[in-house]
Amino acid sequence: MEAQVEAAVELDHTGKSEPAALRASGLGKRYGSVVALDQVGLSVAPGELVGLVGANGAGKSTLVKIACGLVRPTSGTVTIYGMPAGSREARRQLGYLAELFRFPGWSTASEVLALHQRLAGSTRGASERDELLELVGLGDVAGRRVEGMSKGMQQRLGIAQALVGEPRLLLLDEPTSALDPAGRRAIRTLLLELRERGIAVLLNSHLLGEVERVCDRVVILAGGKVAADGRPEQLTHAGGVEIQTGNGTRRFPSARREDIPKIVSELVAAGVDVYEVTVIRSTLEDAYLEAVDRS
Amino acid sequence: MTATLIIARHVLQESVRRRVFVVVLVLTLLFLALFTLATVEAFNAQSPFGGGGSFSPQAITAVTLNGLGVFASLFLATVLAVFLTLGAVRGDAERGLLQPLVVRPLGRREFLLGRFVGAVTVCVAYVVVLYALVVVIVHQAGGLWPDYVIGPGVALAGAVTLLVAMSLLGSVFLSATANGIAMFMLYGAGLVSGLLAAIGAALNAHTVLSIAHDITVALPFEGLYQSALHALGSNQTGLTRVLVNLGPFGASHPNSVGFDIWAVVYLAIVAGGATLGFERRDL
Repeated sequence: MEAQVEAAVELDHTGKSEPAALRASGLGKRYGSVVALDQVGLSVAPGELVGLVGANGAGKSTLVKIACGLVRPTSGTVTIYGMPAGSREARRQLGYLAELFRFPGWSTASEVLALHQRLAGSTRGASERDELLELVGLGDVAGRRVEGMSKGMQQRLGIAQALVGEPRLLLLDEPTSALDPAGRRAIRTLLLELRERGIAVLLNSHLLGEVERVCDRVVILAGGKVAADGRPEQLTHAGGVEIQTGNGTRRFPSARREDIPKIVSELVAAGVDVYEVTVIRSTLEDAYLEAVDRS
Repeated sequence: MTATLIIARHVLQESVRRRVFVVVLVLTLLFLALFTLATVEAFNAQSPFGGGGSFSPQAITAVTLNGLGVFASLFLATVLAVFLTLGAVRGDAERGLLQPLVVRPLGRREFLLGRFVGAVTVCVAYVVVLYALVVVIVHQAGGLWPDYVIGPGVALAGAVTLLVAMSLLGSVFLSATANGIAMFMLYGAGLVSGLLAAIGAALNAHTVLSIAHDITVALPFEGLYQSALHALGSNQTGLTRVLVNLGPFGASHPNSVGFDIWAVVYLAIVAGGATLGFERRDL
């Protein structure tokens, strides 16, 4: 698995060699006696959508903040497209949505984006602002003050702000925490679209189902360490086969997908009516809980 | 536009949009109305002792009223300076306002400088305009200008600049509430040192003068304020001078060039401390 990750880091989706969008090596962070991160190694390839999951206090936000240059590591290094995290060059490459953020209540959505355009050195002006606000569904409230927006609208404005300046790496810390189901779906669609454009995303989220659905790879942090790292299908595993019959549900816990034809033919031969067959897989939540228990 | 100017412009925009200027303007007009009334009344009710020789009740009234105006100008500008900056770093970080800005490709030093430039622009403009209005009101009512007009304005601008820098330094390490309290206590301590100096000079008490001097060195905005007060009536002589100095807005000594240099060095130290503290701070 590690070898696959390295390969993804070296080659982007077009096959060109490029530095990792984000690479953390031996990363450690202490707050006094509390160890937030301990020898964390992690990489995100260009165009890759990586989910970062873990319990409260697992070190997810700390890792993202170090990548942004908001927090200084105690040990180890983080690079953004080969440049030291926190450097001006590295910050030019990224967009960031903090878990807890606020925009000045007196400013309008358009003004918030205009300020970030100036700071990011974006020259795309009103067209970029309109495009981003449209993208997050705020196109019709560009002139509304932030203090007049719902939490969900502010969250979407935060995502638009993170996309100002066409970043090559997006660091999103709980981007859907304040959104309703429709808003979450819109963000999932947006994330997939960004991946299509070759933008790397590190998605920090508690919503495991959401991570499982959109992410190419999932990194599970527990106690400040990487407890698991792999594609969702690698982290989850087969949990047997379940068959709905005329006599009720029959479970075959050790059966695999390849065993289904044989099981079904045996049941039919025995005169059992078969209505539905389901391959059971463990969920990311199961994998997460297992990884946390192991650590 | 450089990042510093972008942030400074943001501070000015915030001041306008949060109606800081409207509130300040209304309260300042109220103060000026009261000050005008008091000034006219004071000149009308001139000293019952009459004048003559080295004693000029008109000059005492003018210098004292100008002193009152300088005191009020600095006090109001201090309120403005503190409230514009008290939560600039830690307060804004705790509210989540700071992080989206500082991850952009601007240095933390530039961010802090932008906050400083924005706040200083507002506060210095305010204190200078208010001082000028005070001087004009006193002149219109009593026919007297201060002995030096420009110097006190420059000293006030310097004092406010120092207060803005101190408040920004405090905002790096303290919560907004703690910083606000600390700033007003330091401002009060500065005023106390001025009063101590006046008492020490009147009683010729060297220890008291020494304590006042040490506080002024530690809080040089007070020295600049005293310098402004002194310049208002520095050409007065004899009994007029003595009575002005014994009053609440008397200052017996001007600042030395060395003290002015120290004020500049102090500003550099405060700015350096704030920058270093901010650059090392986890957000």
